[in-house]
Amino acid sequence: MQVNENNEFRPKIVAFCCNWCSYAGADLAGNNRLAYPADIKIIRVPCSCRVNPMFILRAFQRGADGVILCGCHPGDCHYTSGNYYTRRRMAMLFSMLNYLGIEKERTRVEWVSAAEGAKFAATMQDFAEKVKALGPNKRLEDLRCKQ
Amino acid sequence: MQTITRDILLEKAASLLASGTVNRVLGWKKGEFIYDVTPAVFTNAEDMYRHFTFDCFCGANFSKYLIKETQKEGKVLVFLKPCDSYSFNQLLTEHRFDREKVYAVGIPCDGMMDASTVKALAPEGLTGAERNGDALILHTLYDGDVTVSYADHLPDRCKHCKSKKVVAYDEMLGENGEVTDAGRFDEVAALEAMTEDERFAFWQNELSRCIRCNACRDVCPACTCEKCVFDNPGSGVENKAISDRFEEKLFHVIRAFHVAGRCTDCGECSRVCPQNIPLHLLNRKFIYDIDRNYGDYMAGAEEGSRAPLVNYQIADPEAGEVVSGAGGDKV
Repeated sequence: MQVNENNEFRPKIVAFCCNWCSYAGADLAGNNRLAYPADIKIIRVPCSCRVNPMFILRAFQRGADGVILCGCHPGDCHYTSGNYYTRRRMAMLFSMLNYLGIEKERTRVEWVSAAEGAKFAATMQDFAEKVKALGPNKRLEDLRCKQ
Repeated sequence: MQTITRDILLEKAASLLASGTVNRVLGWKKGEFIYDVTPAVFTNAEDMYRHFTFDCFCGANFSKYLIKETQKEGKVLVFLKPCDSYSFNQLLTEHRFDREKVYAVGIPCDGMMDASTVKALAPEGLTGAERNGDALILHTLYDGDVTVSYADHLPDRCKHCKSKKVVAYDEMLGENGEVTDAGRFDEVAALEAMTEDERFAFWQNELSRCIRCNACRDVCPACTCEKCVFDNPGSGVENKAISDRFEEKLFHVIRAFHVAGRCTDCGECSRVCPQNIPLHLLNRKFIYDIDRNYGDYMAGAEEGSRAPLVNYQIADPEAGEVVSGAGGDKV
């Protein structure tokens, strides 16, 4: 969470992007001068299935207000089937977080291909707005990590 | 149904030891108090006659012990209750022990009593407890005998028993039961029906009691990694003193996630928890989600089945659909 000079809440959002599709999609969005919120911090991963559930919880612990995971569309994984596993894992993990009372809008999985720069920008815009509306993440943060 | 008694098990163990089929027996040993029954390895019949016990407190799941036991010489005899036999199959599926080195005797079970329940029923001067049909008789120093209904005071895992069928054995003592699955997910569904705030308050209340003793991890027959992520001192997750509300959630979510799809729902985590946290509700949530979204699956029901989280279908629902469909549609 960060607050700017107008005392307006700016969410901190971590986006895990797969190297082959979504990261290239973000690149395309940049090349096309498509704006998306600066609140999104991209972390590049070799494949969406590289993302361990611990990464997501750690991001929340260290102050993220929302976490989005982007990968290739199902069927287009560079490693054939990585994103199919991701889909099951993240469905289970996010469902569990919601079960513990974490707002489900704070977590999302989105498939963005390398050709979808516009979708990347629109998705991030939408996600950032949703998270901003929810306010700061108080339920999964760790006060030790506060500055 | 033939009732399995200590004598029947003793006789079976003694004859198998005498014939040389096995050279060790994995059984239950009396503890300091009536409810402190602990697993033990016996190497001769004499020891067994002295220390072996079998009553309504023998809830411990033996399957995990087989990993270490089968690394030794000779065969080991193990008594498997229905729950244990599911874990037994699951461990075999994961190639965690050598089936050739185990002689498994299946025993029926209709629920094992929980130490904390009994302690709560007779808080002072409990000297003994015994089961007589559907009655549980507690002997106390000050109040004489207290008789309560056995079935009504079973722990949650046994009240909503998944199965009374022993699915893996070399020999079955008594009659095998059936798969029951009696309202196993009722409590999970009730939690899902709450709002996010209520659920958060519920889990905050439960999980904040956690003292990070790791008993749930140590006892879990699905947690069999030789190196555990939580043993890494650099991970910072073993710290309790200066932690905040996040800490327990991280531990419990990851613990449950690591066994998702492999959990046989034996409920050992809740049984051993010194703080009485209903940890099985986390595991059952994963089982419930898996059943609803990827088809019914019971880990350990058959050996060699592929766990749902190391498998996929092209037509699987998206993560967003799963989360929205799981009830609690608030915010």
